[in-house]
Amino acid sequence: MQSSLPGKAQATLREVLPRLVLSPSLFLILLFVYGFIIYTGYLSLTDSRMLPSYELEGFGNYANLWGQRNWLIALQNLAIFGILYIAICSVLGLVLAILLDQKIRGEGILRPIYLYPMALSFIVTGTAWKWFLDPGLGLENTMHLWGWESFTFNWIKDRDMAIYTVVIAAVWQSSGFVMAMFLAGLRGIDNEILKAAQMDGASRWSLYTRIVIPQLRPVFLSAFVVLAHLAIKAYDLVIALTNGGPGRATELPATFMYSYTFTRNQMGVGASSAVIMLAMIASIIVPYLYSELRERR
Amino acid sequence: MSRSTQPSFGTGKLLRAALYAVLILFAVYYLLPLFVMLVNSVKTLDEIRGGNMMSFPEMFTFEPWLTAWSKAQIGVEPTGLSPYFINSIMMVVPAVAISTALGALNGYVLTKWRFPGDKIIFGLMLFACFIPFQIVLIPMARVLGMIGLAGTTSGLVLVHVVYGLGFTTLFFRNYYAAFPDELIKAAKMDGAGFWRTFTRILLPSSGPIIVVTVIWQFTNIWNDFLFGASFADFDSMPMTVALNNLVSSSTGVKEYNVHFAGAVLAALPTLIVYVVSGRYFVRGLMAGAVKG
Repeated sequence: MQSSLPGKAQATLREVLPRLVLSPSLFLILLFVYGFIIYTGYLSLTDSRMLPSYELEGFGNYANLWGQRNWLIALQNLAIFGILYIAICSVLGLVLAILLDQKIRGEGILRPIYLYPMALSFIVTGTAWKWFLDPGLGLENTMHLWGWESFTFNWIKDRDMAIYTVVIAAVWQSSGFVMAMFLAGLRGIDNEILKAAQMDGASRWSLYTRIVIPQLRPVFLSAFVVLAHLAIKAYDLVIALTNGGPGRATELPATFMYSYTFTRNQMGVGASSAVIMLAMIASIIVPYLYSELRERR
Repeated sequence: MSRSTQPSFGTGKLLRAALYAVLILFAVYYLLPLFVMLVNSVKTLDEIRGGNMMSFPEMFTFEPWLTAWSKAQIGVEPTGLSPYFINSIMMVVPAVAISTALGALNGYVLTKWRFPGDKIIFGLMLFACFIPFQIVLIPMARVLGMIGLAGTTSGLVLVHVVYGLGFTTLFFRNYYAAFPDELIKAAKMDGAGFWRTFTRILLPSSGPIIVVTVIWQFTNIWNDFLFGASFADFDSMPMTVALNNLVSSSTGVKEYNVHFAGAVLAALPTLIVYVVSGRYFVRGLMAGAVKG
């Protein structure tokens, strides 16, 4: 920041102005993101209930949290939901992208149709799917009316199966997006390599499994990171689709945090669950961002 | 996206037909929920109860749409969704404008006026994109109360600006990073300062990234539910929260046709943006996955 040049004032202004322009945003981020993270972290170590209390009491909330059956259910649901959501979206996205990449006539119509759910609010998606999956009104009823009397599909009312309906709706919403990521990746592959391999008599199957799919590794990684962080944050869809039910069957960490903090007056426990959620996301995002930013320079 | 020159599967006609069949089947899968919503939003309640959700209406009625828009009971008064639709617009427009403008300036500084530590600042902003918002809900509620913005649209605008900044900065930074530094140097040589360089050199060629950013922010903020549900009161409730109230807590008879009309109304603005400028929407999604 020091300059011994003449016209010092002007030079200083030149140097300071860009930082000055950046500072309001930096201030907002530091306060509302990092300051708030620290604040919530602090609350998680206090005995806050309905209102914040600043009396430190150690890790009691965390011990309490891990003793809560609801929290364990939420984590188990997140594991089921997260794994299936990421796996199905990736496979479906990849398959659709490969199929669409076969010089398809009408790709310009199909692609936007696959992708439009991503533009919708999860509340809208939840409203539509709640109905579609309702045994009395939706798919089951339709099948009965079409003459398939024995057809049953009542997962949304079934404690053991309800979490899978969240997967169904979430996959519907996000898989087109993953398709678009893979399609962009496929279009970026160097054709010379493929032609050479084809010349060498590689079959189509081995062309894809040996050359194309390995080259898509960065896309798999990006898709994984995006989907994993969406899964951990999942809130709106569950609220609209099942509202956490039946019972607590579709509780997720995000719904757990909300209900403990704002309706059950256990703010300390709610704060500690939020800290765990942040830790989960950070463990995925930080290494990813770090490697991305390093590669650039 | 350039045209495909990948090796293609099918030379055989049968295989080709199967390929199209599969692709069309998936199109049906993605369109079905929207179709069900639209078709049932113009049926009478009796027809929905007795009939098939897939069938077209025997008696077409526009009544559910009118009810959803101006008569349905959401708060205390039977106002329909229209006031909440307006709330959402009042929230979205300033939030998008402010966060986009700040993002453009940040991206400009972070690429063309670099200084020691700028990468750390960018990293801090980037990580802010991904935090689970549960971690900020409690302090945010208190701060909004302290500065007198609790339960107001202005409060929601502030929230959306803050948590949109990371993405808008990311978009503009990546875009400006590819902008040739020589042009900037030449302008500086000619005596153009910080603002002139921005308004004369960078801004005129920022059209595409502004569109991408505006669409991204618009979609995200319009579709937000968590912040709206946490920080709005009845007078400032956005559309998504109002829709959820309509669908989940209507006492008495559940008017499914009204619910669907409401859901389509809530989806309409983002759907229109998507149909009109889907290409930019996809670009934003891709940039959101960091890889540009």
